[in-house]
Amino acid sequence: MASTAKTTSTSRPPPVMSVGVLGWLRTNLFNGWWNSLLTVLFLALLAWIVPPALDWLIFNAVFTAESSDECRAATGACWAFVEVKYRLILFGRYPFDEQWRPLVGMIALIVMALASCDRRNWNRRLLAIWAVGLSVFFVLMGGGVFGLTPVRTNLWGGLPLTLMLAFIGIAVAFPISILLALGRRSNLPLIRALCIGYIELIRGVPLISLLFMASFMLPLFMPTGVSIDAVLRAQVAIIIFAAAYLAEVIRGGLQSLPRGQYEAADALGLGYWKTQWLIILPQALKIAIPPIVNTFIGLFKDTSLVAIVSLTDLVLATRQALGDPEWRQFFIEAYMFIMFIYWIFCYFMSKYSQYLERVLSTTRRA
Amino acid sequence: MAQQITQRSKPTKAPTAPVAWWRNPTVRGILAQVLVLGVVALAIAYLVDNTLTNLEERRIRTGFGFLEQEAGFAIGESVIPFAPSDSYARAFLVGVLNTLKVSLIGIVLATILGVLIGIARLSSNWLVAKLASAYVELTRNIPLLLQLFFWYAVITVLLPPVRQALEPLPGFVLSKSGLQFPVPIYDPAQIPLLIVLGLSLMASVFHVRREKRKQLTTGREPRLALPILGIMLVPVTVLFFILGTPLAFDVPEFRTFNYRGGGSVTPEFLALLLGLSIYTAGFIAEIVRSGILGVPWGQSEASAALGFRRGLQLRLIILPQALRIIVPPTTSQYLNLTKNSSLAVAIGYPDLVSITNTSLNQTGQAIECIAIMMAIYLSISLMISAYMNWYNKRIALVER
Repeated sequence: MASTAKTTSTSRPPPVMSVGVLGWLRTNLFNGWWNSLLTVLFLALLAWIVPPALDWLIFNAVFTAESSDECRAATGACWAFVEVKYRLILFGRYPFDEQWRPLVGMIALIVMALASCDRRNWNRRLLAIWAVGLSVFFVLMGGGVFGLTPVRTNLWGGLPLTLMLAFIGIAVAFPISILLALGRRSNLPLIRALCIGYIELIRGVPLISLLFMASFMLPLFMPTGVSIDAVLRAQVAIIIFAAAYLAEVIRGGLQSLPRGQYEAADALGLGYWKTQWLIILPQALKIAIPPIVNTFIGLFKDTSLVAIVSLTDLVLATRQALGDPEWRQFFIEAYMFIMFIYWIFCYFMSKYSQYLERVLSTTRRA
Repeated sequence: MAQQITQRSKPTKAPTAPVAWWRNPTVRGILAQVLVLGVVALAIAYLVDNTLTNLEERRIRTGFGFLEQEAGFAIGESVIPFAPSDSYARAFLVGVLNTLKVSLIGIVLATILGVLIGIARLSSNWLVAKLASAYVELTRNIPLLLQLFFWYAVITVLLPPVRQALEPLPGFVLSKSGLQFPVPIYDPAQIPLLIVLGLSLMASVFHVRREKRKQLTTGREPRLALPILGIMLVPVTVLFFILGTPLAFDVPEFRTFNYRGGGSVTPEFLALLLGLSIYTAGFIAEIVRSGILGVPWGQSEASAALGFRRGLQLRLIILPQALRIIVPPTTSQYLNLTKNSSLAVAIGYPDLVSITNTSLNQTGQAIECIAIMMAIYLSISLMISAYMNWYNKRIALVER
């Protein structure tokens, strides 16, 4: 290498067509007639769609308006709808003057989630973080202590409700799912059959049928006189559902451990529970974390189904906001607004899960 | 030696220390199972007892007798004829068929769209790859229910009324009230055509087998495309003209108020189909992409070294291996699509859940109705996964 570098004292510049902008264009957009054709086709499509879309979204859009008439006069999107209705969309029918409480509660949940993303907190501290986050949320939402006026659960709504259903769902389902996953791999036939039956039954039916079951059948299951409120019923259905899916994810983690780990634990004289708690679960759960995050993303999206059983989550709150005849025609703006909210949450969670997959797999190889 | 030891040590009990019976793993296993089963049985007994008391108190009838009764409600669209005077059992059947209809068509569309987008994400064309990944990131990260509401609103609000309906293709009418399309009119002369078509199909299968056999013995590349085209097209076309072109279409036509004739689907069906296919396609695209990436690069290089063209490399070397990675997760996507079709209830498409909901509200027999619904979904799920397991086993790697 060194000798050749010496002999060619003046190096020729690389061909113009293979470096720089032109080179990039050539290798990435116009390599071959087929790709050139596709590029031209899609550029034409973009040129046809993007400018009018931008006009509608931004340039001709109405961002603030006194009444919906201003929106009707404009040719663009009516973001004024969001400006007028955002409190109803975000907080549902929660008492208007008290809406700082769901706001702070929601922030507590989000801070809790962000803290759980930090790998340094993956120990006993995580339990404490969730305990604090959830208690702050429930104290603020429910009230009745520290001089906060009590607010009944049928008034809870919007984004805090959506977040609560997802977070409580995953938190309660997690320990249940570990037991189910262990049960499914147990060598006690009756326990294994019980766990397989539960997991396959729940995974075989749609969530909406569980929500129906919770709202129509759960009241019949309770002793006479006892009634459970609608939010709790939906929450129970979501927990039952999430536990089955999480159990399968954790089973995947358990299955990927080599036999030697069990044999080594046996050789050390550890019993079943000590083997699981000290040897197996710490490794299996670490492998299962990225798919657990993916399950959580799915669960977060699935909480929108509670709108069908009349819980005022983000989706139903938006539909109630659209019930106002003055603003009814701006449904596209309304749906785009909450699609954006869901998208932000899910997109960053999926990026986080991809990041974890990368990081955890390298630490395992090392 | 042995004698010495026996002489020295007094005859004691068994050499290993006795294990208390409650430490015996077998006994513990049985105890644990009895305990768990007992708790579960007690819980179920408690719930059943509560339920029976509640049912008695509220004077709700039990049993499946209501299935024979007259349903008394109309269903917007159905595969088989249905009138309000028909029984609940038939209403449930209509619901199942509607669920199956939208799921099957949705699975086909989602697969086609998903495979295209999955391949597009791997394209060497930067623009195409970016657009495909934008599609995936957008559709996968927004709840399906929201997408359904969106499409339903777009169809029922933004599309023109019937009078100014769009005609994207000749004969296809798209408006607020759904999509209408031409359907072929039945003619007795079509039967011989179908028979000939079936015979041609059999002949082509026979041809393919013979060519494959020949390839194994002689190594000659099979000649498939042209002969099959000939076998499939020539006899049918000749017969078609001999019989006097017995194929006419019932095309939707505008009469005073509405389009008449042809086949039609409701806006509810259209929105559901659109939402399900677009949503599931995003997931299938990711599966296809990771499946193709999952085949080691050495396979492409080796086949290139053997002189395969890029197209043949893909078809003969890469795709058969990628399929092994792709099939199992795609199965669960098909299952998800079928289960997700239950969201139809939110936009008023009369699927199984929607029929169950109506029946439940009319009869008050929640337990029976929900049990029927769950049993049906469960059997659909089990059937799809059984079929896919069988298929998966067929294409799985045969190891030595």
